[in-house]
Amino acid sequence: MREPELRQLAKPDRDTVEVMRLKLIIVAAIIAVICNVDIADASTTPQVADSISILPPRIISLKDTPNDAGTSIDIEWELSPTESLIPGMIIEYQVLRAPSPDSTFEQVGSVPAGTSTYTDEGTIPNKPYWYRVAAVGREQQVVSEMAGPGHSVMQWFDRRRIGVAIFVALTCTLVMVFIEVAKRKGKMFLRRLPVFDAIDEAIGRATEMGRKVLYIMGQMDVDDPQTVASMSILARVAERTADYGTRLDIPCVWPMAMSMARETVKESYLRVGKPDEFNANDIYYMTSDQFGYVAGVDGIMMRDRPAANFYLGSFFAESLIFAETGYTTGAIQIAGTAEVDQLPFFVVACDYTLIGEELYAAGASLSGDPIQIGSIRGQDVAKAIFFVYIVAGVVLKLFGINWLETLLKID
Amino acid sequence: MRLQIPLTIILVMGIFTLVTSFIPAKPIADVNQMFRNWYIGIITFFIFLGTFNLARSNAEKIKKQGRDWQYSIILLAFLGIMLFFGFYRGRASTEEGQPFMYLYFNVQFPLESTMYSLLAFFVTSASFRAFRARNKEALCLLLAAVVIMLGRVPVGTAIWKGFPTVTEWIMNYPNAAAKRGIRLGIDLGLISMALRMILGIERSYMQ
Repeated sequence: MREPELRQLAKPDRDTVEVMRLKLIIVAAIIAVICNVDIADASTTPQVADSISILPPRIISLKDTPNDAGTSIDIEWELSPTESLIPGMIIEYQVLRAPSPDSTFEQVGSVPAGTSTYTDEGTIPNKPYWYRVAAVGREQQVVSEMAGPGHSVMQWFDRRRIGVAIFVALTCTLVMVFIEVAKRKGKMFLRRLPVFDAIDEAIGRATEMGRKVLYIMGQMDVDDPQTVASMSILARVAERTADYGTRLDIPCVWPMAMSMARETVKESYLRVGKPDEFNANDIYYMTSDQFGYVAGVDGIMMRDRPAANFYLGSFFAESLIFAETGYTTGAIQIAGTAEVDQLPFFVVACDYTLIGEELYAAGASLSGDPIQIGSIRGQDVAKAIFFVYIVAGVVLKLFGINWLETLLKID
Repeated sequence: MRLQIPLTIILVMGIFTLVTSFIPAKPIADVNQMFRNWYIGIITFFIFLGTFNLARSNAEKIKKQGRDWQYSIILLAFLGIMLFFGFYRGRASTEEGQPFMYLYFNVQFPLESTMYSLLAFFVTSASFRAFRARNKEALCLLLAAVVIMLGRVPVGTAIWKGFPTVTEWIMNYPNAAAKRGIRLGIDLGLISMALRMILGIERSYMQ
């Protein structure tokens, strides 16, 4: 990997003409002050501002933008002295680029006055580029001297993410170690959450009442991990409903999630030996519109009065509308989401709530598969390690030692 | 083979996606983008599947004259109207002033706003239940809620100028600490679940 290229450009000599021009500007400014002319606001005295030439900015460096695909160059320049002498005279700086010193320079971007950096994001890796920066006033503009060549270089590793890489690698290692331990040991203890018993209880109640079970997978498609986690809980819920002969109603927001839910439920019915009782029409697409879906599901709750409602997946503003409507119908409600802002609504209005990580662990825990339970144990050990890490970081910080704090810092 | 091929695809794609999070290099990023584009393409086809499913289930309901079958007529009628106005002028159909946009802004949008506005009533009823001081924890919750509500409205400042400061402290320290704790657990849970999927341990959807 090539180090980012830093091109320190030689400071151009201020020639006599420029010095003379600067002196003239100062003299003009003094005369203006004596004559009671407000030159600070160039917009009110354009004739004064326009009579003074803008001094050019000076490019200081052309650097490859670090940790990118090699498609950008950072340009830094020294502001035009005119900015400090006559504030408001310069409106913006335009960045001009050319593929060779002899080519025509074309504008690639602009920044407001007072800004001295720009990232040119349209470069090709390893191709040389030459730059100029133009200070633009209301009536005139002046271009800096040419700087270059600057190159953008492709990086193969994003160094800003070293902390995340360590975090992920450590967690993955622990999870895999405990999966192996579970394979050898056979069984591992995992505290059973009350909500797991509540699932059976809710479906049993629906069966006794002769009503259906409503299962909502959230607002996101199958590319969202919460929907995938919901799917693995659905597999267990469908096994129970198949076992008890209870109708399971699943209105879906996304067609792909609908297809996946159908496969999941079908497999569950096959597992318990009741494939004939599977009804594909009970898993259907409703709408991908957020509040259209809310209206549809609320309608089902009010008309059909399901005895058990499951809200497991990714939820947003609709969470409380669902939960409160379900509460008014008297259904047992079991919710779970990793959307932190929606958790309080579910906690208030539902009987049981899977909080954050419990949603991801529920499917594995309900399966009773020792290997899957081993992976949860690995995750718990990782959590304990990070807890110790955080406490140690806080204590060391109190004594002025910061390295533990910055070790996993992103960027 | 029925299981091994999809599991291999999941393994390869899972590892590739994980690795691309740390590699900014263009060839890898381009391949990643290509896979994302494929996904968008697949989703587009699934929208047809969803629309077909919606039309078929409602048509069946009308045919069998099931409960509330009249609503299905309205649904299919508006589905047809929106499809017609959405397609009849191609891309220009979604320009301002076109019938499709008129229906969107004057029918669909107000209906959605109405559903969203229900949230105000539900927040009130849920708050009423949540803020009952039945035990010490509930009392703490009630006190925190009262302070935060007073800190966010002008009348609170009129009563005592310190309410906004206390509100900010509650939001920035105890509340933020609890949220971060939950988020840390979520991230670890996510990694664990992703590993179960990538390694083919969790496959309840394709036994």
